[in-house]
Amino acid sequence: MPGADKEADLTERIEAFLADLKRGGCGTGPIRGSGETARETTALLRKVTAQARWSSAGDLMEIIRKEGRRMTAAQPSETTVGNMVLRVLKIIREEYARSRGSSEETDQQESLHKLQHFVHLKANVIEAINELLTELDGTTDNIAMQALEHIHSNEVIMTVGRSRTVEAFLKDAARKRKFHVIVAECAPFCQGHEMATNLSKASIETTVIADAAIFAVMSRVNKVIIGTQTVLANGGLRAVNGTHTVALAARHHSTPLIVCAPMFKLSPQFPNEEDTFHKFVSPHEVLPFTEGEILSKVNVHCPVFDYVPPELITLFISNIGGNAPSYIYRLMSELYHPEDHDL
Amino acid sequence: NEGKELSKEEKQRLRKQKKQQKKQKERKNEKSETEKEKTPVSLLPPPRPVATQKAPSALPAPASAPIPVPASAPFHSSPAPSPADKPAKSKAELKAERRARQETDRAAKQPGSSSSGIKTKVPLSELNPVVKRLPEHVQVDDPAVVKRLAKKLERQQIPLRSDYGYKVSLFSHLHQYSRKAPLTQQLSIPSTVIHPSIVRLGLQYSQGIVAGSNARSVALLHAFKQVIRDYTTPPNEELSRDLVNKLKPYISFLNQCRPLSASMGNAIKYIKKEISNIPSQCKEEEAKTKLLTCIDRYIEEKIVLAAKAISKYAIEKISDGDVILVYGCSSLVNNILCEAFEKSRKFRVIVVDSRPRLEGREALRRLVQRGISCTYVLISALSYILPEVSKVFLGAHALLANGYVMSRVGTSQIALVARTFNVPVLVCCETYKFCEKVQTDSFVSNELDDPDDLMVTRKGKTQLENWQDVSSLGLLNLVYDVTPPDFVDLVITDLGMIPCTSVPVVLRVKNLDQ
Repeated sequence: MPGADKEADLTERIEAFLADLKRGGCGTGPIRGSGETARETTALLRKVTAQARWSSAGDLMEIIRKEGRRMTAAQPSETTVGNMVLRVLKIIREEYARSRGSSEETDQQESLHKLQHFVHLKANVIEAINELLTELDGTTDNIAMQALEHIHSNEVIMTVGRSRTVEAFLKDAARKRKFHVIVAECAPFCQGHEMATNLSKASIETTVIADAAIFAVMSRVNKVIIGTQTVLANGGLRAVNGTHTVALAARHHSTPLIVCAPMFKLSPQFPNEEDTFHKFVSPHEVLPFTEGEILSKVNVHCPVFDYVPPELITLFISNIGGNAPSYIYRLMSELYHPEDHDL
Repeated sequence: NEGKELSKEEKQRLRKQKKQQKKQKERKNEKSETEKEKTPVSLLPPPRPVATQKAPSALPAPASAPIPVPASAPFHSSPAPSPADKPAKSKAELKAERRARQETDRAAKQPGSSSSGIKTKVPLSELNPVVKRLPEHVQVDDPAVVKRLAKKLERQQIPLRSDYGYKVSLFSHLHQYSRKAPLTQQLSIPSTVIHPSIVRLGLQYSQGIVAGSNARSVALLHAFKQVIRDYTTPPNEELSRDLVNKLKPYISFLNQCRPLSASMGNAIKYIKKEISNIPSQCKEEEAKTKLLTCIDRYIEEKIVLAAKAISKYAIEKISDGDVILVYGCSSLVNNILCEAFEKSRKFRVIVVDSRPRLEGREALRRLVQRGISCTYVLISALSYILPEVSKVFLGAHALLANGYVMSRVGTSQIALVARTFNVPVLVCCETYKFCEKVQTDSFVSNELDDPDDLMVTRKGKTQLENWQDVSSLGLLNLVYDVTPPDFVDLVITDLGMIPCTSVPVVLRVKNLDQ
């Protein structure tokens, strides 16, 4: 039966996606960048919407929520997955409200479970998800287009680790302007090395420094441009470890700190210093097994993320333009519905 | 015997007069507009009668305060009309008196003499060191300086070490050497000019086998002791002068292997002073034993006993239940922690380390061996670990005269983040590491290590393997950085616990003592 085949195909794809997420938990980051994860998540949700059996908007939302919970459980630190689920939920609510023609919030909760306008709802939702996918495809280019507004010639720019968004941003600016980039290597994963080789291949003057030298060279830096893993609801960041030091050094020298983050990284989570914020990976990167006896007597930590408070950030550059950190809460309320914050 | 002594005194007098001539010439060149006559003839030694009358006008020393009184005397005598012979003789006598007074004043300027002369001279001696010559190792981008150094090294028969790799433009004024090309490869074996223990020391420095401020100074002093033991005074030479000249090429060689640290610089100054103060009638064996005991005493006082004193002060600051953060491997801080542990203080230690040197692993080994419970992180995890920390103990390479702390790169970062989390930062430093330099950033005077050290192989791939081939890619491996004094809460020295800004006070007290 073709229906059963399609369903099996869908579950297979979801399982493969979950396995990828679980495997991508090591320090070097997920196997694919967060943009690709977002696209993959949205594509899967579109498939679920198309193929799953549902009769009302409420049912659909319940199905999406269930799938979303499974996906976020596979890799809790990969917040883009959860963000996309929330976006889709918001889309469903919006489409439902539009098709009903009513803008009253109070009615919606009960009427979501009603059967009206089913067929059109499905088509509308799928169309809206397609729009979301196009938006996701263009985020990096949208951000890179704003590069020339922020970088002037003969600047010294500092960045940390590896971010595909920042790489695209700098390469775009390098087509017209000449500037110098200092990359902090970000031990122990040393992703800064890859970033530096990529940038130097685009003929940008690059220098690689050790993490320990960040404060020493900060006095000669004009701007700090970084990427992040997640933007939290209060405007703070959850970024690769070492970013907090960079932010403090930049504040000490009054250097602007610019964060290039597409909108799908915006998460409704607030920072809490308890279990869910920090993620640790195997400490053999920090203290290898060749060290021998002392390993059993020593505690070794290898955290992956750092929290950067919003006071240290000057500007967010996203695909919808530049924003101050204090405006993030507003953007978030437009992207996600408050009811959906807990999946 | 007497004949020799006389000739020595004459030699000393001649030397002093030559110095005076040079100084007078410099002053004359400055005042060439005002002075019409140049009378070098007048500066001959006093026993010879001087015939020129214009000499007194050339002599008034512009800077010395006590001189004006005798200088005014010839002004009175010259306009007085008198027969040619008599005023000439009286002028010669006055000149002789004046010169004798000048010599006694100059002798009074030397250290160890009566304090009455010093009061008026202190402002002068403080003005003189302001015009210092810039050291060569921060002028690599100036071709004239590099040529001068090459000539000097050629004269001393020491090979010149060449720079390696692409230097970041901000640091083009500093040397950057490769560890794979040590200086000793260019030396002939056996080296006729350089003592073998110095060659060994230079190799140990350049390969990083002996690292750390205290270790380098102690190794240097031990090598010098060996040099002194093997030294014999050549005939017709004085030990005090010849030994100092013998040490100069050694110091240049060590400088080429690895730039000298502030502590080594101070140790060398001390040795040179001790050698020059050896009286000329001292026998060689006696002089050598005297120097060896001096060096032993220096090590004992300035390093070993100082460490004990600092531990005593620092242990007062460690309380039970403390979580102490240390960075890298500082012999002094390790000493303090081991002593505190032996005095049964209950604390645990967090060792922060950084690439590419990874010196923290050595500190970790030493502490774990004593039984102290330790945690180990890299410097990028600092913001994660600092909320647990109650105190930060840092070592120093040197303390600069404007209160900045020069230490291993990364120290300023730790002090910055600790200040943000309101954790007290204590720097431990012996007084022999205090130096008169001033610095505000880590660029002007620093050391660049081998850039290849930054490369790392992860999962079989070395990203930066061919960095030399890419023209726009540079690697920067800094060794030192400076921490501003507002990040440091306390400096523990063997003189006590002082704030960072009191460093020039300590330097001044030390200078007056000497």
